[in-house]
Amino acid sequence: MSEVSRPLVTSRPDDTGIAARIEGSAIGDTVYRWLITAFALCVPILLAFIAFEVGSAAWPAVKAFGFGFLTSNEWDPPHGVFGAAPAIYGTVVSSIIALVIATPLALGVAIFLSEFAPPWLRQPVAFLVDLLAAIPSVVYGLWGIFVLLPLLRQYVMPFLAGLPVIGKSPLFQGPAYGPSMMGAGLILAIMILPYISAVSREVLMAVPRSQREAALALGATKWEMIADAVVPYARSGIVGGIILGLGRALGETMAVTMLIGNVHQISASLFAPGYTMASLIANEFAEATGDLHLSALMAVGAALFVVTLIVNAIARWLVWRVSREAHA
Amino acid sequence: MKQILVSAFCVGAFSLTACGGDTKTVDSAAGSASPAATSGGVDLTGAGATFPYPIYSKWFSDYASRTGIKINYQAIGSGGGIRQLIEGTIAFGGTDAPMTDDEIAKAKGPILHIPTVLGAVVLTYNVPGLTQPLNLTGDVIADIFLGKITKWNDGRIAALNTGAKLPASDILVVHRSEGSGTTFIFSDYLSAVSPAWAAGPGRGKELKWPVGLGGRGNDGVSGQVKQTPGTIGYVELAYANQNRLPVAAVKNAAGTFVAPSTESITAAAAGAVERLPPTTDFRVSIVNAPGANAYPISSFTWLIVYQNQPDATKGKKLVDFMRWALTEGQSSAAGLDYAPLPASLGSKLTERLSTIQVGTAS
Repeated sequence: MSEVSRPLVTSRPDDTGIAARIEGSAIGDTVYRWLITAFALCVPILLAFIAFEVGSAAWPAVKAFGFGFLTSNEWDPPHGVFGAAPAIYGTVVSSIIALVIATPLALGVAIFLSEFAPPWLRQPVAFLVDLLAAIPSVVYGLWGIFVLLPLLRQYVMPFLAGLPVIGKSPLFQGPAYGPSMMGAGLILAIMILPYISAVSREVLMAVPRSQREAALALGATKWEMIADAVVPYARSGIVGGIILGLGRALGETMAVTMLIGNVHQISASLFAPGYTMASLIANEFAEATGDLHLSALMAVGAALFVVTLIVNAIARWLVWRVSREAHA
Repeated sequence: MKQILVSAFCVGAFSLTACGGDTKTVDSAAGSASPAATSGGVDLTGAGATFPYPIYSKWFSDYASRTGIKINYQAIGSGGGIRQLIEGTIAFGGTDAPMTDDEIAKAKGPILHIPTVLGAVVLTYNVPGLTQPLNLTGDVIADIFLGKITKWNDGRIAALNTGAKLPASDILVVHRSEGSGTTFIFSDYLSAVSPAWAAGPGRGKELKWPVGLGGRGNDGVSGQVKQTPGTIGYVELAYANQNRLPVAAVKNAAGTFVAPSTESITAAAAGAVERLPPTTDFRVSIVNAPGANAYPISSFTWLIVYQNQPDATKGKKLVDFMRWALTEGQSSAAGLDYAPLPASLGSKLTERLSTIQVGTAS
């Protein structure tokens, strides 16, 4: 599986022209190297700058509330009390719901398109799935309000609550109003599905033909070939696609704001409304005039930054572990 | 190269603006040609509240076609308008909630609040089987939004609506999720009529809501109310009228149930204005105003400007515009579901406009 490294130029003793050209490009190489190094440095510098700006703007709130800012449920702008626990909880939970629903669906789409779909079907379906990524999030939000939430309220939620054993679990309790953690998670699942499926499809298509042929030659069925030879080969790329989707779910603002109900509470029930960090900032920033209020919103921004960082670090570690297993 | 082009364009735009300023005395017939020549130049820039944006943009386009003076207004929210005015990046701001003393202290000089039109917050609801308009009082509204009244057939609601068929279902409260002047006016009213509300959530553009769901914008709230049986929410009158939502009549300070309309809002302002001292800064709340026909959840929306306008040309344009808006401009208010200012207030305001110092350094 290790790649065979080949020299870029195979020099022949009599070919002085190529050698001269390589010699002459040394200055160009240096300039090019410094140039791309500068480009590459732009990103961490920008990141550090954003972190500094957000951090310093958030400092008054951090000083006023300390660690309690992250654990308190109180968010009371007129009285100057701020705690972001429900928003942090909502961001994480809605993203997890989205991943749990979107990952199997997206993988199914990707495997169908790369392994089963006839060529005349592959392109149109792939195009339509990719098109999901091009829909503006406010349109998803409107669709959610007028189609998804009424469906959830009238059919899905009563059905789930009426199921024999599952219906008794704390996940499906309370009145079904529509705007809920479940609504937000579902819309996020639809929104991140094209990211995961597009990346997975490309990775699966890139699996060498020999890999498939070898599995089939050993007597594997088509299912065994996909499960044992193709998907494991593409595993780290698929996890990368899932991370991309997760990043999008954590930061999504508009559609979630329109569907989650915007209530500062932590509830085990998926029927209950909640809040996310991105929604909170989007809702309150425009009309926040008090210094502490602005600072608290900045602190929410900083917390979102940190949560995203932590989640991404965990995901990177997962990729690393997965790819190491694949090599072993 | 791109940068050079952009700066050349800017220089062009500025010189055009200067041209526009010189030709502002042309009458409206010739004026329609003159502004076209100055396209791209803006004479005055403002920013702030979104609630009055429809009437303001009508005023600006009417005023531009009469005088050739172009005014640009960015509806970024009251808070943003106040912030930008304090920083001095705009000529005027628009706000639905008057500036606080703290905010005025941060500004670069004395600030005038000029009321322009009136708006109201109305209660819209979805009660299956209810055929007559709902009647509510301030303390009942407060207790519904505090979560103390939880059923539609609660005795206190039934007492206000004799003969109405009220279901035994739960009340679901829907409020605005984002900071808004509408929430400020609504909570200002509830704080005025209910001691429990004043001691609890209080007044503000965002609140700690005891119960209910948050919908984003007037459309988010009304969408939730329309779809879900048993809901009650609050929206702006203009929005409710344009979407034909059912609205509740609210008992006013004089003890009558008044349905919201542009007339009953103007009546509220007239009742409140009578009590104003001559030295008022017009930062007044007119919720629960006296007057038999006054709708109690009404409010001014304001333009905020610096009293000292060092730039003589711009300052004069600004004052001229505001004088026009407070007189001729008022006639276009009702057509857009805004209530015009009461006649008794007009003279007081034009008098106040003449206190603006134009062309003198502060």
